[in-house]
Amino acid sequence: MNSNLFKLSREPLHVQEVIDKVVHRNCGAITTFVGTVREMTAGKKTLQLEYQAYEPMAVKTLAKIGEEVQTKWPDTTIAITHRLGTLGISDIAVIIAVSSPHRKAAYEANEYTMERIKEMVPIWKKEFWEDGTQWIGDQLEETSYEEEERS
Amino acid sequence: MIQVLLFARIQDEVGQERLEADFAGKSIKELKRWVEDNYAVSSLTRTMTAVNEEFAADEDQLKEGDTVAFIPPVSGG
Repeated sequence: MNSNLFKLSREPLHVQEVIDKVVHRNCGAITTFVGTVREMTAGKKTLQLEYQAYEPMAVKTLAKIGEEVQTKWPDTTIAITHRLGTLGISDIAVIIAVSSPHRKAAYEANEYTMERIKEMVPIWKKEFWEDGTQWIGDQLEETSYEEEERS
Repeated sequence: MIQVLLFARIQDEVGQERLEADFAGKSIKELKRWVEDNYAVSSLTRTMTAVNEEFAADEDQLKEGDTVAFIPPVSGG
């Protein structure tokens, strides 16, 4: 698999660049997921975020997820870029593009990929709230913020 | 020597990005205990561990030259 398909970047991300990696003559659908920095979480205001990664392992793990996707949806092509460093509100944190001959596989593979990223890719998000900082981390977003707040 | 890479909350608590430890022939569990005993770090019980960029179990033995990374719960995306 082309290693350029799975990348970390300290520079701002551009959706079209990721789409361009998966376009080919036999695809009839491309889905993109764009993860952006949210300002309000459960009533708390985020000022900025910092993403840190264990970079070589993170790239390897993204490529592994790509292999999983190709096994489950054999006709798809996938590219993932994740941002690192300091991000402001509405900045793009991650882009996933999946191309496929037909749309269903492209939708499904894209959603699967984001779930797997949250489960297993060694990337961490630090929240800079109005009233302090906090490393977030409990894999599933639904529980992570609540758990962190209890501790 | 074993290189130990630290990230996120663990890195902030220890105040360093990496440690060196003479732990060849010992287990990851023993390494975790040593880090907990010698640095102001919260429990590593729930922390996953990678050895040479592959996830490893607490019982796995380390060997000379290994690079260990403690992987606190991830939050990418």
